[in-house]
Order: sequence, then structure tokens, then C-alpha cells
Amino acid sequence: MKLHKNNRFLFYIIPGMAGIMIFIIIPLLDVMRRSFMDGSASRFVGLENYKAVFVNMPFQLAVKNTLFFDAVSIPLIFVLSLLLAYTVSRMKNSLIRFAFIVPMAVPSNAMMVVWRMLFEDAGVINGLLTAYGREPVHFMTGEAAMYLLIGTYLWKNMGYNMLIWLSALGSIPENIYEAAKIDGAGCLKIFTRMVLPNLRKAAYIITVLSLVNSFKVYREVYLLVGAYPDENIYMLQHLFNNWFSKLDINKLSAASCVTAVFLFAMLGILLWISKIEPREKKRVYSFEPDDAGQEEAGEA
Amino acid sequence: MLRRIAKCVAVVWAVICVSPIFIILIGSLMGNAELYGLIGSILGEREGYASWRIMPQYPTFRNIVELLLDTPEYYVLFGNSIKLTVTIAIGQLLFAVPAAWGLARYRGRLGKILYAIYIFCMLLPFQVTMLSQYIVLNGMNMINTLWSLILPMVFSTFPVFIMYQSFEQMPNEVIEAAKIDGASGFRIFISIGVPMSREGILAAMLLGFLEYWNMVEQPVVFIRDAWISPLSIYLPEFARGSLGRSFAFSLFSMIPAIVAFAAGRNALENGFSVDGGSVND
Repeated sequence: MKLHKNNRFLFYIIPGMAGIMIFIIIPLLDVMRRSFMDGSASRFVGLENYKAVFVNMPFQLAVKNTLFFDAVSIPLIFVLSLLLAYTVSRMKNSLIRFAFIVPMAVPSNAMMVVWRMLFEDAGVINGLLTAYGREPVHFMTGEAAMYLLIGTYLWKNMGYNMLIWLSALGSIPENIYEAAKIDGAGCLKIFTRMVLPNLRKAAYIITVLSLVNSFKVYREVYLLVGAYPDENIYMLQHLFNNWFSKLDINKLSAASCVTAVFLFAMLGILLWISKIEPREKKRVYSFEPDDAGQEEAGEA
Repeated sequence: MLRRIAKCVAVVWAVICVSPIFIILIGSLMGNAELYGLIGSILGEREGYASWRIMPQYPTFRNIVELLLDTPEYYVLFGNSIKLTVTIAIGQLLFAVPAAWGLARYRGRLGKILYAIYIFCMLLPFQVTMLSQYIVLNGMNMINTLWSLILPMVFSTFPVFIMYQSFEQMPNEVIEAAKIDGASGFRIFISIGVPMSREGILAAMLLGFLEYWNMVEQPVVFIRDAWISPLSIYLPEFARGSLGRSFAFSLFSMIPAIVAFAAGRNALENGFSVDGGSVND
């Protein structure tokens, strides 16, 4: 391929891309190859490994739990962080928004000391519950464990999502609302025609980041209860790690491929959704390059 | 009315967000006896439920002094974590910043495909490529060294994703003007691109730091010896005589992250500007 003027950007990307090739892409291709081979990677076995994975009970359990976790926590964090951002954007004290991102800075092992103290069977929360005449809850086992995990995920990740929403909300100038009101646009119309289109990019970024972060709850579970947690919070990440330590390479490779293909499809759907343009474009409220832009240029 | 309720909920959530930090701070200033009296029940050695105080009854620096003077392991792990995060940060400045610039500024078809690959790599959980990464690192003789944690992370695609957003929003006019003045592509990158997006770069580095300071998945698999481990996989032991030390340990593993966070919080807020534009790929 001749390096055309337009392809000069490759100079910036190639060094980083080489690393990604070595540590992600080639390993992934290698996993794909192994998923069709036997344990010592010497004989082609077709779809045997995939069959073994799909009938595997721990795999079914882990898939169920992981999908449940994502299906509940991602929409939840999406909506709650938007509501939080909207509320905070109307508050005068801007210091409060930093309180919401503090959990990002608390390392998981430090967090677990507090979590144990609060959520163990004989912990502080159950102490409070019984003091008010309620039944104590087993947070580490049963269904409650899943909800504690979802709560932990929200606690940790909501703040940053809120910042992204805030930034997107802040890019909508106030005077556009007024202009639309003068034109006789109702609340709903303002929201669907002006606010929503301006939030699309933030929505895309937040969905991607929420998905990425959802896999990292493994950390908290691992540090809290180890490699074999309660079956309600036994996730794909646990299963993969346990297959790895048992050197169950066939199943690990096949299940990894299934996961990779699933995520690839998810990304495709996300990109497709984010590309759909709003159908009605009769009245577009665009940002006029007014004096605000000049001020910025002056500062720079 | 609705707005007032929303504000109250927000304030309550803010308190929940910051309270663990204060719990750890208070706990590390309590003596072992006081802590045992309060939360001994979770060790299964006492009846009843754990409770907590807003202030220690008998404040003491004993736990902290013990941790800092009598626990040499702490310094080893702390040193490992510092080495890790600093080396990764330097590596990312060298590799991720140019990659983000290249992807964001030149929007050909190939660029879009490469950007999609970056996002796909970001979505892949560590566990999916764990096995093959292990084989690659083993081939490089890096298993059980800090390099097994550093090298893959230098090429982590997450910071590229963050910096991309910031580079992408630079006005084209500035770059066109520089081109007319005869500045070369690399010159534009170094003296216009990087300074104009410094908050975005800072935000990516800070998010990266918090992430690598808290690394768990990789060291558990790639590191065998305790003295090569980072601080983040050390679990303070919860036992009668060491409760105070657990809290003190938590406090000190948190401090670098909190300091970095406090120093860079403005970048975190401003570095991620999302305009109303469409998704560019």
C-alpha cells in the first residue's frame, strides 16, 4: 500500500497498534484457533469444545448471572446518572459533583474492608435493621448478593457517567431553550428535538464505558469472597479464571470466543443505533457561532 | 417539590459516596480494643451486631505508626505499585497520545475501521485474552515480573478512547491556519494538538492511574511471588489483633489515589467535553 498524504496518520497509530496486535489481537486470534483444537492444540476437533461449553452447567449459570447483571445495572446507571446530572446542573454548589466521583479513587481492597464491616451477617447494616425491628439480610449469599453487587457498581461508576452527561448538558446553550419557547415549542418537543439529539454522543460513550466497567465488578467479588462466590454472583469472569487455573484450555478458548463474538455484535448494534438520524428535521436549532466562540478564541 | 426531593436524594447519595473514606480514616485512628468492641461480631467471636462511631473514643496513631515502622512488606508493595503506575503512564504518553491524535484528526475510511478495532479491544474483558496473553508474556520471559503487568497496560485502549474525544473536538480552523503558516504535521501535533487538549490527556492519565493503582485481575494471574505484587491485591487480614492495621493499610493504599484525584479533578470535569455532534464512525 502506497502511503498517500491522507494516510500519514498511520505514523501516529502504528506504534500503538503494534502493541495492540501483540497483546490483544494476536492473542485473540490464537484463542480462536485453540477453540477448534484439542487440549494440546495439536488436533482439529471442530465444534466439540463449543458443544462442551454450552452444556456446561457453570457456564449456563455464569451467562445467566452476567446477562442479568448487565441487563439491570447498565440501564439503571444510564437513567440514574442522567437524572443525577440534571439535578446537579441546577444546583449552585458545584463542589457536590466531586463527591460523586470520589468512589473511583477508593481501591477495591480498601473498599472491601468497609464493605465487610457494613454488610457481613453481623455487620453494621444488619445491626441497624434489627434495631428497627426488621429481619437481618444475608448480603453475601442468595439474591441479596446480586443486588449488593449492582449497588456497588452504581456506587463506583455513577459519578463519572454523571460528569459526561453534565458536559453534554452544558453544551446546550440556555438561550436556545428560550428561542424554542418563543417559537411555541412545548416541553416534550424541546426535550425530543433539542436536548435528546445533543445527548446522543454522550449516551453512546456512557453505554460503552458502562459495559466496560461492568466486567470489572469481578474485582470486588474476588476480593470480598474469593474465586468461588455464592452461585447468585458467579459471573463469567469467575468461570474463566477458574478454567484458567484448572488449565481447562478447551472450554476457556471456546467460551472466550463466544464472549468476543457477542461483544462484537453488541458494538455493531451500538454503532448502528448511534448512527440513526432523527427522522424529522423540519426545524433545526443549531448553535450560532456567537460571541461565546470568540471569547474562547481570545482566551487561547 | 419534585426538584427539592431530587436535590435531597442527590445530597444523600453524595454522603454515601464519600462515607467509606471517613469510615477508613476513623477506623485507622481507633485502637484495636475499641475496634474489637465495635466490629468484633463480624469475626464471629462476639454476639450481636457491629456498630460504628462518628469519632474515635480514644484516638491513637498507633496503627499508622505500626504500619509505617513495623511493616516492611508494605513499602515493598507500595514501591511495586508506584513503579507500575509511573511506567505505564510514561508508556501511554509515548504510544496512546499519538494514536488518539492520529485516529481523531484523520478521518478516512481506514481510520474509522481502526478506531472501531480500538473500541472493540476496550470492550474485551481481560479474561477473554488471559490465556493467550499469558502464553505471549511467558514467551517473553516476563511472567512473575512487573513487566507482565506494565507492557499490556501500556497498550490499553481505554486512554486512547478518552483522548480521542478531546482531540476530535479541536476546531479545524486552528489546524488549517497552522498548515497555511507552514507547520508540519508533527509540529501541529506537538505544539497545537497536545497543549490544546492537555486537560483531556490529563483526564485520561488520571483515570488510567486510578485504574492501574487498583489492578487486580492481572497480578492474580501473572504474578506468583508476593513481593512482586502490587498493593492492590493485598488483602488486609481481619483478626482480633490486627483490625487497626487493616484500616491503616486501607487508608494508606487509598492516599495516593485520593491525592491524584484531588489534584486532577478539574481535568476530569473539563477534559471530557462532549459536544452535540454525532458519533464519528
